[in-house]
Amino acid sequence: MAELKTPVAPATGSARTTSRGRYRLMRLSRRFEETAHEQFGDGQVPGPLHLSIGQEAVAVGGCAALRKTDAVLSTHRGHHHCLAKGAAPDRLMAELLGRTTGYSRGRGGSMHVAIPALGLLGTNGIVGGGIPIATGAAYGMQAQGRDDVTVCFFGEGATGAGVFGEALNVAALWRLPLIFVCENNQYVELTPQEIHVAGEIWRRGESYGIPGVRVDGNDVNAVADAVGDAVARARGGGGPTLVEAVTYRWFGHYAGDRAAYRDDDEVNAWRANDPLVRAGAALDPAERAALDAEVEKEISAALAFAQQSAVTGPEAIALDHYAAA
Amino acid sequence: MTAVETPTRSLKFWQGINQALVEEMERDERVVLVGEDVGRPGGPYGVTRGLRDRFGDLRVRDTPISEAVLVGLGVGGAAVGLRPVVEIMFFDFAMIAMDQIVNQAAKYRYFSGASMPLTIRTMCGAGGPNGAQHSQNFEAWYCTVPGLKVVMPSNAADAKGLLKSAIRDDDPVLFIETLGLLPARREVPQEDDFLLPLGVADTRRAGSDVTVVAIGRLVDRALAAAERLEQEDGISVEVIDPRTLAPLDAETILASVRRTGRLVVAQEATSPFSFASEVFALAVESCLSELKAPPVRVASPFVNVPTPVPLAEARAPGVDDVVAAVRTTMREA
Ligand SMILES: Cc1ncc(C[n+]2csc(CCOP(=O)(O)OP(=O)(O)O)c2C)c(N)n1
Repeated sequence: MAELKTPVAPATGSARTTSRGRYRLMRLSRRFEETAHEQFGDGQVPGPLHLSIGQEAVAVGGCAALRKTDAVLSTHRGHHHCLAKGAAPDRLMAELLGRTTGYSRGRGGSMHVAIPALGLLGTNGIVGGGIPIATGAAYGMQAQGRDDVTVCFFGEGATGAGVFGEALNVAALWRLPLIFVCENNQYVELTPQEIHVAGEIWRRGESYGIPGVRVDGNDVNAVADAVGDAVARARGGGGPTLVEAVTYRWFGHYAGDRAAYRDDDEVNAWRANDPLVRAGAALDPAERAALDAEVEKEISAALAFAQQSAVTGPEAIALDHYAAA
Repeated sequence: MTAVETPTRSLKFWQGINQALVEEMERDERVVLVGEDVGRPGGPYGVTRGLRDRFGDLRVRDTPISEAVLVGLGVGGAAVGLRPVVEIMFFDFAMIAMDQIVNQAAKYRYFSGASMPLTIRTMCGAGGPNGAQHSQNFEAWYCTVPGLKVVMPSNAADAKGLLKSAIRDDDPVLFIETLGLLPARREVPQEDDFLLPLGVADTRRAGSDVTVVAIGRLVDRALAAAERLEQEDGISVEVIDPRTLAPLDAETILASVRRTGRLVVAQEATSPFSFASEVFALAVESCLSELKAPPVRVASPFVNVPTPVPLAEARAPGVDDVVAAVRTTMREA
């Protein structure tokens, strides 16, 4: 097979946010999910919870170059994408806790969050379900003559879905401003990726003429550089890119899954490669501690907001099905 | 239905669709059309001819054979500010895109509170030598989905007025065209704001003895049957075309059934779990005691659609079937 060189130019730096900002957002995502996990353990989350702990660098790096008017499509494992695209932790927590102040009035839970005003076009209960929508969002931007782009996050499991091939083809044919970010956390529900993925994901675009790149998904700067370059190219009319970010899911598939199908050594090795610790190493300890304290306040406030909000009752279930007459 | 002074033109069904698309695309640059063969060839049956030349490649886009992503182009496009019309060549192909229609488009407002101004056009029914995978009527499936609207026009004028409304609607609309009706002519209002409201039935013929609710291709057949019954039997038949199946104008249908006490529902689809079944359920729930006879369904037999046109036409219910059904309800008095 022909060697596909990573054709994206080295990072210009223009798309990068600060180390501080990236660390803070990753820390926010980590603490948000740890808190949600505790709430789940206390029976306070009336729905499934798929934790992205250990994968924060992919979301934060993947959104680093994005504007509000850019779009993001997320997955069933999407709290980190939501927060990285600007979701408010308090309303997101309220959604998980089934409260009226949640983004979907507490009726949807974590797989059904969409915040169009922030360009977050949806987490998704359907594996691969966001991929066609991302293609449409990128087409919409192109048809409107905007220089906005769409980032589509999906797991390695979703690469087995037919829509992935359809979308690569359409994105290449139309040179859509679309960045496919495969968040390869190495497990697809309860089975390892070897059961699901033939060949190499980052090369899936090769025959379509879509540049592909594999990055260390636990290095927020590497992800931000790779996606940032792809974003810059897409804004300039250069078309789609496929980025595979290799990372690891620390916890089970869902909260409550003890993940007995993998061994402790593997898990511990990846935990030692903590993307949050790596991002924090760029900061001096005092600065880091100050940011941690800020995040702690924000998370406490988010939890308090959610807990003080009314539990969503049956009167809300009929709302928001059709436009008001 | 239309103001007296509105000028009209005799148009075929497909021309009504074409006019609606042209007018709405002229009116609003957010309206785009994507689908297989909709651009350069002007559609497999010529429904979209001329649109690409008029509006350009970006707004009238030929897509690859990718039905799921095709509908996704509409969902994502609508989410970022377009008002897309996506075309699924045959209704039979829509199941390939079922996730995007049912799980994504129809749930977008519920999840986000935001509009999803998407129109999905498709073509149903027998009418050509197309066979069992290009001729089916699945309208009832989609009527089970909260958040989705389902429209099924029976003539050129309604096709135009309803499609324009669907495009301007802020919810996802499945707009089902009928292959067997494409060449059928009707006078069509020539006015940019000729809009027919979604969710409102049209009583095509007033009558007092039997209510016939007919959809799609069966509307004209029901009207022809009504004429014959009037002449041959002196039976007065009311013919209602709901035009929108979801949300259904149950009020108009049930008011008529209460008056006549007799109900026939006519459709090209097969009977089990169909539109007709739903109308029966509504009648039983709300006016059982006013029914003078058991209702009768006129539908295709529960078999696949054969390819040769004479066989396909033999399968589809015709005027005689409606006549017989009405006579049955009259006998049961
Ligand atoms: C279409 C569909 N099939 C199956 C499932 C059940 N399911 C939920 S998550 C998941 C695994 C997805 O794996 P991947 O895409 O790698 O994402 P990850 O969970 O690793 O983040 C499966 C099979 C689903 N939700 N949707």
